[in-house]
Amino acid sequence: MKIVLNKDTMRIEKEQDVVPFRSRVKEYAVKIGMGLVNQTKLITAASELVRNMLKYAGGGQVLIEAINQGRENGIRLTFRDKGPGIPNIALAMKDGFSTGKSLGVGLPGAKRLVNEFDIKSIVGEGTTVTIIKWKNG
Amino acid sequence: MTQQLGNAGLREDLMSNDELREQSNELLDVLLRSMTDKNLTDVDSPDFEQAHEILSGISISRARLGFSPRETGAYVFSLKDALFKSLQEELVDDPKAMADALVRVNKLMDSLGIVTFETFIKGREEVILRQTDEITEISTPVIRVWDGILALPIIGTLDSARTQTVMENLLQEIVDSSSTIAILDISGVPAVDSLVAQHLIKTVAATRLMGAECIISGIRPEIAQTIVHLGIDLSNIVTKASLASALQFSFHLLTLEVKKIQNKASL
Amino acid sequence: MDRIPILRMGHFLLVTIQIDLYDRLATNLESDLVQMVNKTGARGVLIDISALSIVDSFMGRILGNIGNMSKIMDAETVVVGMQPAVAITLIELGLELKGVHTALNVEKGMELLKDKIGSYDEELTEDEDRIE
Repeated sequence: MKIVLNKDTMRIEKEQDVVPFRSRVKEYAVKIGMGLVNQTKLITAASELVRNMLKYAGGGQVLIEAINQGRENGIRLTFRDKGPGIPNIALAMKDGFSTGKSLGVGLPGAKRLVNEFDIKSIVGEGTTVTIIKWKNG
Repeated sequence: MTQQLGNAGLREDLMSNDELREQSNELLDVLLRSMTDKNLTDVDSPDFEQAHEILSGISISRARLGFSPRETGAYVFSLKDALFKSLQEELVDDPKAMADALVRVNKLMDSLGIVTFETFIKGREEVILRQTDEITEISTPVIRVWDGILALPIIGTLDSARTQTVMENLLQEIVDSSSTIAILDISGVPAVDSLVAQHLIKTVAATRLMGAECIISGIRPEIAQTIVHLGIDLSNIVTKASLASALQFSFHLLTLEVKKIQNKASL
Repeated sequence: MDRIPILRMGHFLLVTIQIDLYDRLATNLESDLVQMVNKTGARGVLIDISALSIVDSFMGRILGNIGNMSKIMDAETVVVGMQPAVAITLIELGLELKGVHTALNVEKGMELLKDKIGSYDEELTEDEDRIE
């Protein structure tokens, strides 16, 4: 049972929105006492996902939540866009796969940096990616 | 007071009689104030919170002074004896009321006694936790063996969490000391599982990414066997049999030479 | 318009990245650097990322691009000052920084560059040249 302690929604419409978004995520992570390495992993994963959102869907919104489950505190980020969607999620989650000019580490790389990773996508409607990084994850 | 002085729990070497009197007075005071007819059977009642606090304090200070938990418990129970005595004297004409009061006071005193034991145990647990932290810190020293060369002799079992801590400490120390070579000696590690091996490989990779080099030395034959059986690829990692040979290799990397002094007279 | 300053140190160029790059700034940096390498005949490029607490695949790509572009212009690139948390994250991310060398700091970076390109010119002057 996950309890939401605090939350924030941010709209991502242009590249300049990425930096304030990363700062907000850092704020949340610092507030729950997350160590530097885990902070870096979380923010880097968030950066990958938010750039994906901008690149393939032209933007979207991110829900930032500080959550609690049992004894653990963590940060949950939900990236929601109304883009074209991902036709083959399994393929997209394979290492080295890339449709753009990125280094192909986007989704599978981001997944490795966090503790929980969930992706739902409907072609023509959009994509929702949810990640959780526990404070001591 | 007389009750206590005659009590087996008296430890004159640990606490002077005056201190004892002071402590007891404080406790008695608070207890008498908090006890009412209603809460006599309810030891968890918030009215007794202050008494609990004082008791915890007494328990902790006594533990520090060297009293055993039994002795501290006995101290609390001595109060019971004193209370019983006065109750018996007061209610001598009403045996039913006396029995009633005795039972209730008994229950209250018992649970107060238990509070002292609980506090004692909690104190012990805190000591254990603190020692665990200290052990973790001591068992992963980072030694600057030479200008630009670090050595990390790891002793004891490496679990996933510990390996991560080692990795973070190592990398930070590399930055702080501007060392270009780090030697991870695992001769004191009895076994390595697949997860730990992965962490070690990542540690080496991260070191390289930062512009330094990481050598692993002291791999026990059993571990070498495990690694090969697990199919882990160490071909990208420099491994040396001992810390000594790793050090020699490091000197070589830094184009340093160790030579025998020719003219002993100059020593 | 913001542009990242490029300093000239003898036969090397030094870039210190202190803010998060976004698309336009990154492409500007790439073109400015390539132009500078050409103009000065620099044999080495040092990129100081000690102020960056986050390096994602976007930034990784830029570093790789700079490395590759410089290589084509006969210059070696060293990335210096990577923070430990960044290194750990990049390894986990699976990002390979190809086309660039790495060193702990500017001093070691210069040593590495001199090593790689061979200092045919012993008198490496330290004049600083800024492009606006």
